[in-house]
Amino acid sequence: MKRWFVGSASLLTAVALVAAGCGSSNKSSSSTQTTSSGAKGGTLLTVANAAPSGSPDPQVNYTLQEWQLLILTHDGLVGFKRAGGTEGTKIVPDLAQAIPKPTNGGKTWTFKLRPGIKFSNGKTLTGADVKATFERLFKIGDSPNAGTWYNVIKGADVCLKTPKTCDLSPGITVNGDTVTFKLTTADPEWLDKLSVPFAYILPASTPPRNANIPPPGTGPYMWAQYSPTKQIKLVRNPFFKEWSKDAQPAGNPDVIVQKFGLPVEAEVTQVQNNQADWMFDQPPADRLGELSSPKYSSRVHVNPLTSTWYFAFNVNEPPFNNLKARQGVNFATDRAALVKIAGGPKLAVPTCQVLPPNFPGYVPYCPYTKNPGSGKWTAPDLAKAKQLIDASGTKGAAVKVNTDSTDTDKALGLYFVGLLNSLGYKATLQALSPDIQYPYIQNSKNHVQFAFSDWFQDYPAASDFLVILLGCGSIHPGSNSSPNIAQFCNKSIQAKMDHAGQVGITDPAAGNKIWAQVDKEVTDQAPWVAMYNPKYIDFVSSRVKGYLFSPQWYFLLDQASVK
Amino acid sequence: MAEFALEPRGPEVQLAPGESAREISGRSPWRIAGRRLVRNRLAMAALGLFVLIVVLCLLAPFYANHIAKTDPFESNLTGTTNVNGEEVQVVQETQGGLGLGVTPIGPTWQGNYFIGADNQGRDVMARVLYGGRASLQIGVASAVICTLIALTIALLAGFFRGWTDSVLSRVMDLIWAFPVYLLAISLATVLLTKPQGLKWGPVTIDPSSFWVPTWIIAIVYVPYVYRPLRGQVLSVREKEYVEAAISQGASNLRLMFSDILPNVITTAIVLLPLMIATTILTEAALSFLGIGVQAPQASWGTIIDDGQNLLYTRPLVAIVPGIFIVLTVLSLNVLGDGVREALDPRAKVRVRE
Repeated sequence: MKRWFVGSASLLTAVALVAAGCGSSNKSSSSTQTTSSGAKGGTLLTVANAAPSGSPDPQVNYTLQEWQLLILTHDGLVGFKRAGGTEGTKIVPDLAQAIPKPTNGGKTWTFKLRPGIKFSNGKTLTGADVKATFERLFKIGDSPNAGTWYNVIKGADVCLKTPKTCDLSPGITVNGDTVTFKLTTADPEWLDKLSVPFAYILPASTPPRNANIPPPGTGPYMWAQYSPTKQIKLVRNPFFKEWSKDAQPAGNPDVIVQKFGLPVEAEVTQVQNNQADWMFDQPPADRLGELSSPKYSSRVHVNPLTSTWYFAFNVNEPPFNNLKARQGVNFATDRAALVKIAGGPKLAVPTCQVLPPNFPGYVPYCPYTKNPGSGKWTAPDLAKAKQLIDASGTKGAAVKVNTDSTDTDKALGLYFVGLLNSLGYKATLQALSPDIQYPYIQNSKNHVQFAFSDWFQDYPAASDFLVILLGCGSIHPGSNSSPNIAQFCNKSIQAKMDHAGQVGITDPAAGNKIWAQVDKEVTDQAPWVAMYNPKYIDFVSSRVKGYLFSPQWYFLLDQASVK
Repeated sequence: MAEFALEPRGPEVQLAPGESAREISGRSPWRIAGRRLVRNRLAMAALGLFVLIVVLCLLAPFYANHIAKTDPFESNLTGTTNVNGEEVQVVQETQGGLGLGVTPIGPTWQGNYFIGADNQGRDVMARVLYGGRASLQIGVASAVICTLIALTIALLAGFFRGWTDSVLSRVMDLIWAFPVYLLAISLATVLLTKPQGLKWGPVTIDPSSFWVPTWIIAIVYVPYVYRPLRGQVLSVREKEYVEAAISQGASNLRLMFSDILPNVITTAIVLLPLMIATTILTEAALSFLGIGVQAPQASWGTIIDDGQNLLYTRPLVAIVPGIFIVLTVLSLNVLGDGVREALDPRAKVRVRE
């Protein structure tokens, strides 16, 4: 997804083409322990600059900010394990008793529900709630990923055409506490898609329209207040009894509050003074030195993110329709300078490739560096860059460097304006408002030449980067929802992507080996200047104990103890 | 917002306080005004300060090339500089503790990085001087354009009166109805987000061109200059010498440019320094908001914006361009008062906020 999940899901149209292993990742990504247990009680007070954007309805909202709370109040049939490190990328049974083996070539999935689970309104969970939830996903009309992730359910095509009368009987059958999904095609990422809030189970009685406050769920908390101008308040769900510590552990605080409206500087000060326990937003650059000091360092947690920040070349527009020109710019890019813009080497790691570290299919690879071979970027190779650009014959071409007008992204754009000018191009900056920049650069009619973007995982699968951002199926000419910004389509690489997806259905490890090869081949074709993989800062008050970072959900708020 | 009002005056030269009739007899109104202005020490000090700022800004390339020895528009994130014989990083990584973040070099009080660097490792002093060129260029150009447009419309409206006056005045009222900054921000947002640039027939203006903020600022202030000028034209239009010229069969063009314009031009001249001060402030505000001068170009407003993220660690990045704005606006306001007193010591031109 686009940064902080603000992207629209129509970006993810290519997912259906994919097949990827969604299994384990290679390394630990958390800075702290893998599980947490702490004292119960108290109120965890968090602060944020603004409420999560968009509707608070769990089947519509697509923001990290709300998802971090929704995972505490709702459950899916399966879910990502609430743990740090690689454990946190594993999918475990949640409302379902076990993770089933798919049958019918991966097209049929049968789940058996745990008995006796109740919603926060006191009603018992049934198979009918599961079916109704998926029908509501289409009936509601603006669920961002309904048409791209869940369209594989049999009957979904009709629901997409006539949402109001959606009936998924052909694709979901309920038999007592057993729910069977019939898919039109095998989907290796089906469990991932069932593990995110869009697929969290709601009572069948939930009206099929955008809710002003998330409806009852089955988690340890329930939504007591949602005021977009003031605060969100979660209180304990009186009907919750822990059924799986891995999937949905009982939380520690009695109440979780998130207050809105503070400038980010004030958020830092409040947490410093223990007036708040955690700030959602990232601390501003000029406070980082202060937070690094011994006074606060024990309260600062830095964790790597599975995200890649990059500038995309448009491979169909001059001058970067020339491979040598693209490779030349890649060799010339001083990623150490870009890392400094991101806050220094403790907050970003240089990269040359698409997949981020600790991700399925990731094998370190960096050909665009002095002394390549180690897989790591060390320094720019200006001599090779100039040689390639001379050979490309593109010197002197005018290039518009497109970025958005936020401080960091504009700074990145300015760096490339200087670099391209020094390489002999005539570069100018085009800094657009963040609201319009992303749709603008996706539209081929705008003939964007070189554009900033970034990508954060939806779930741990190589296809979530490679297919969506660089697959042939992600190019939609003339559309604002064409996430393959580079318009890169290499038939041989695409065939390899398709093959990796197929292999991944039955053998995720073998699939990931092919994805690693795809990542390498894409990097060699240089449709991007991949810049760095960022890290995330959590700053907590001194009373927060048991900090736990999940690679999927980030700081697990309910696992913190404030008493 | 600023609002100008002027009591109409006749073409006669008025005596300044403490000035004898003998001192001004036989001299042209312009020479009298010049003499009065030169005698006004405060106005001369303000003029000196303004000229000093202009000269400093004009010397920006010299400063950048020969003193700072840097390109103030080029990022220098991984570069080093010599401070007291020691090579130091321009953008320094935080040492100790968790080592989070980076901090640009602070004031060296020497040629290179005199008041430090910004987040891109660029010399702030060199950027302040280059930024001053942009701010002054946009401020002066927009004030001149605004005054010329307002003067032309005021001449047409005041001379022809009737429906011409009604239509033009209503158009001006329409612009006046919008708060200045709201209108400027709206125009800038629309015009600057046209990535292909602005096209009017054969003319194309790049969104990053200085002409975009210049024209936006000029247009939003036209009604504020138009009002007093129109009043002045209406007043002069009724004078006996204009009536006499009409009775002698003078053409409209001659009446406007030979009889009326010379008698209202002093009002425009009095307003000009005040307008420049106002437009410089407006440019700074728009650039601070990111909808004025576009990166990598600099203006005082954009540098303050750059410094906003460094307030805790490098406050001079925001303070120094702020001081330049204050001194420039102060000098222009004092100079404007001096010009008003010199041209017409009894006129009451004032700026209302």
